[in-house]
Amino acid sequence: MIWDSKCIGCDDCLQACPNHVTTDMGDEGQHAQRCKACGMCVAVCHSGAREMAGRLVTVSEVMKDIEKDIIFYDESGGGVTFSGGEPFMQPDFLEHLLMSCRQKYIHTAVDTSGYTCTETLLRISKLTDLFLYDLKIMDEDRHVKYTGVSNALILKNVKELAKYHGDIHIRFPLIPGVNNDSDNVARIGEFTALLPSVSQIHIIPYQHMGVDKYYRLQKKYRLEKTCQPDSEEVEAVAQTLKGYGLTVKIGG
Amino acid sequence: MNDRVAKLRQQSMDAIPGISTERAELMTAFYKTDRTASIPVKRALAFRYILENKEIVIQDGELIVGERGPVPKAVYTYPEICSHTQLDLEILDTREKIPFAVSEEARAVYRKEVEPYWQGRTMRELIFTHMTKEWKDAYEAGIFTEFMEQRAPGHTVLDDKIYRRGFVDFIDDIEKSLKSLDYLNDPSAYNKQGELTAMKICAESIITFANRYSQKARELSKQESDAQRKAELQKIADVCAHVPAYAPRDLWEAIQSYWFVHLGVIIELNPWDALSPGRLDQHLYPFYKKGTEEGTLTDEGTRELLQCFWIKFNNHPAPPKVGVTAAESGTYTDFANINTGGLKPDGSDGVNDVTYIILDVIDEMRLLQPSTNIQLSKKNPDAFIKRAGRIIRKGWGQPSVFNADMIVKELLTQGKSVVDARNGGASGCVETGAFGKESYILTGYFNLVKVLEITLHNGIDPRTGKVIGLPTGEPREFRSFAELFEAYKKQLTHFIDIKMRGNNVIERLYAQYLPVPFLSVVIDDCIKNGTDYNNGGARYNTNYIQGVGIGSLTDSMAAINYHVFEHKTLTMDDLLADLENNFEGNEKIRQLLLNKTPKYGNDDDYADEFLKLVYDAYYQSVNGRPNTKGGVYRINLLPTTCHVYFGTVVGATPDGRRRGEPLSEGMSPVQGADKKGPTAVIKSAGKIDQVLTGGTLLNQKFTPKILEGEEGINNLSHLVRAYFKLDGHHIQFNVVDKETLLAAQAEPEKYAGLIVRVAGYSDYFNDLSKALQDEIIARTEHQSF
Repeated sequence: MIWDSKCIGCDDCLQACPNHVTTDMGDEGQHAQRCKACGMCVAVCHSGAREMAGRLVTVSEVMKDIEKDIIFYDESGGGVTFSGGEPFMQPDFLEHLLMSCRQKYIHTAVDTSGYTCTETLLRISKLTDLFLYDLKIMDEDRHVKYTGVSNALILKNVKELAKYHGDIHIRFPLIPGVNNDSDNVARIGEFTALLPSVSQIHIIPYQHMGVDKYYRLQKKYRLEKTCQPDSEEVEAVAQTLKGYGLTVKIGG
Repeated sequence: MNDRVAKLRQQSMDAIPGISTERAELMTAFYKTDRTASIPVKRALAFRYILENKEIVIQDGELIVGERGPVPKAVYTYPEICSHTQLDLEILDTREKIPFAVSEEARAVYRKEVEPYWQGRTMRELIFTHMTKEWKDAYEAGIFTEFMEQRAPGHTVLDDKIYRRGFVDFIDDIEKSLKSLDYLNDPSAYNKQGELTAMKICAESIITFANRYSQKARELSKQESDAQRKAELQKIADVCAHVPAYAPRDLWEAIQSYWFVHLGVIIELNPWDALSPGRLDQHLYPFYKKGTEEGTLTDEGTRELLQCFWIKFNNHPAPPKVGVTAAESGTYTDFANINTGGLKPDGSDGVNDVTYIILDVIDEMRLLQPSTNIQLSKKNPDAFIKRAGRIIRKGWGQPSVFNADMIVKELLTQGKSVVDARNGGASGCVETGAFGKESYILTGYFNLVKVLEITLHNGIDPRTGKVIGLPTGEPREFRSFAELFEAYKKQLTHFIDIKMRGNNVIERLYAQYLPVPFLSVVIDDCIKNGTDYNNGGARYNTNYIQGVGIGSLTDSMAAINYHVFEHKTLTMDDLLADLENNFEGNEKIRQLLLNKTPKYGNDDDYADEFLKLVYDAYYQSVNGRPNTKGGVYRINLLPTTCHVYFGTVVGATPDGRRRGEPLSEGMSPVQGADKKGPTAVIKSAGKIDQVLTGGTLLNQKFTPKILEGEEGINNLSHLVRAYFKLDGHHIQFNVVDKETLLAAQAEPEKYAGLIVRVAGYSDYFNDLSKALQDEIIARTEHQSF
């Protein structure tokens, strides 16, 4: 990642790069092709303008960090949330972490898109205290259009999960022009209302926090023109969802 | 607030601070007449003379009466401590920040009467003639400041005695003490006789003073045509005839009694932090309970009296200093601090109905003075911290939050009785004390980072080239961090020794030349001991040296170890050259020190171990050493605004800080170095054993957004409770966007009312120096928990 504002223009990173990547932020292709994420530029950058996004860690290293905050979990009744990206991209690692947390009596939540193998999901659900489960678009074609995958597995998984797991919060990211139409909201409401162990649905109003990060990663951000929904719209959606007998929370 | 309060509040806000020469004139006139009397008796007679002759003011609409000067915000001067020159008066009148209006008449009085008499007779001159060359060198280099050169020993807080008893009772005690003097076996019996006689004169004088208010109110009531006001003035006359001579009978009298004592203390001398009522909700609750049960007092009435009381504090800016210390601490705030919550003497939950009324008053009044705080115990209900949180998130820096259980532990660790500890609290900025029973004197700020700079220059101050430290070795030849740290500890002890030697002399000067017999009446056990407050008469006597810049010092030590000794990314020679050049031409190295170095405040054990190390070194060099009053020295970590002044005398430092920039403040991390959120800061700060201090100060800055809603308040409450579980002493919050502060800097006139938390107190943003404004802007702004 590159943090523009921190760069002091010393050019050490360019000289350190074995693959001759330039700093041209506009050219996504060029960067993606050549950058092998070797980290040489990060090592020589003193100003912190170059940062590795992600690093390899062991279960015990992550647990050390998690345990640092036990006093806050105790105080607030909170715990640790595994999100992402997508935690089910690394199911074995996730499973080990969840097991370690359980040994330490730390409350765990898994924040997932649900796009994972059903068996894995159910296996891991036994170690998870709370699921934060995303539902974005009910319409199959539009789901494929915006996420690149079918929603059949996601919907099947959550139905299965709801049979076995007692604490699931559905999370509905509300994105104007993508999934805020009344049809989608209604279908989300209907579907969620039928899930037996879902206690809450959270509306997550779209915000722009990702814009900078995409820029830093030198990736093209495709929703740049999308506005954040205003509070009246969010409130209206909340009312609709409440109409299905759901407990609705905004944000979360 | 009702119309009366709104009007008085507005008057107080609009009043322009100015110098009143009333006291200086009366004092000079008194001292010019030759009297044969002991010094304490002479001081007492001077006190009486002032109270008998000063102007008496009752403002329209006031319920609680009494002003130090002839009008609100007219501030006295104290020429026996330090006498302002014509130039000082000119500076006060014309300076851009924190001015005090000085009239032509006032200047003339000073020129003709005050200056000629007091020149050569002031405490300040006496102090400087007694200080050694080493002391003066260190003082001028900015190693430490000296509190007592311009104000008297203070930081004093009252307990509940004035609500249970009156001054006639105290006079009784004094007479008993006088009678029991043993002239045959106690060689100090005669001295005690003088002290006690002085106390008695002072106790009588405050009653006289209150009676003058009573008479004035009676006269005004006779002329008053408005029936309601007439009745109020009659009530004021009755109240002032009764207190502080006798124990108060109702809430009104209780508040008025305190206020007379407050005025007595700040007229007698100019003690640091004025005076504070202490645990106000505990003190007032019995009167509230009685009044509401009898049906003579409503919550509305309680609120109104408290609001009138609040305005009294705001009417009294801190008396202005002269010379260099004006730069060290420029504020109108006089640091009177009001405590709520905490524990009762039996250890049970102290939160009561008055607690919540006081919180309402704080919220509604929104005044700089008095400062307010909550003392949060694990036994207090969550509703208490949440009510306070709803005020905190409004962003003007009050109330600050103290750990009541920790304060008790600190006091017990110092050897105080469990009841005295539970009746104690925090005052001033964050200082722990046994209220009503302890003289806990802050003696000066100590620049922990300057000592490192001197260590890295083998005893020389690079700013002046003067040798002021010890030759502890050429730093380029240190082979390990341990060698460097040994050298640092030697320099530290060297300068602490210089500071303490000075303190112990100054303490004697005050004991001998400026006793405070009035203050001694209200602090246990001065009467019993027949000894003045300034001479060790209090039950407990503690001296503090306030360490400044521990965050900067920690990060500097960590950087040297990490880069020079452990990873050898830099040689000591390179590092020292870069510091010498203020990193000019080598920004890369500065960036390395800033970004690729472990920093305190991120729950990173590597850096935090250095915090423990430097904290322990400071503690060992100060704690437990004797003062001259039968007590000992202790440490605390608070800067007021001195981290800015101290920064100006320190060159570039190994943590990447440039020459002249402010040091870290309190025990907060270096501004901007804490990057992992408030929970990591709290974990880091919780790693030192704070029970060994008499107070630490932790500042946190939040954007208003994250404290929104019930969830924001819950999170704030969890954060505070978690820090207190880790034995944190104090935490305070600035809740303001960086954008707002930048906008206020650009267009100050549009942000005239913007109040921010500075360090242990709040102030108008516009009244702060540019350097201090920048420092607050640079503090890390937490956007999430």
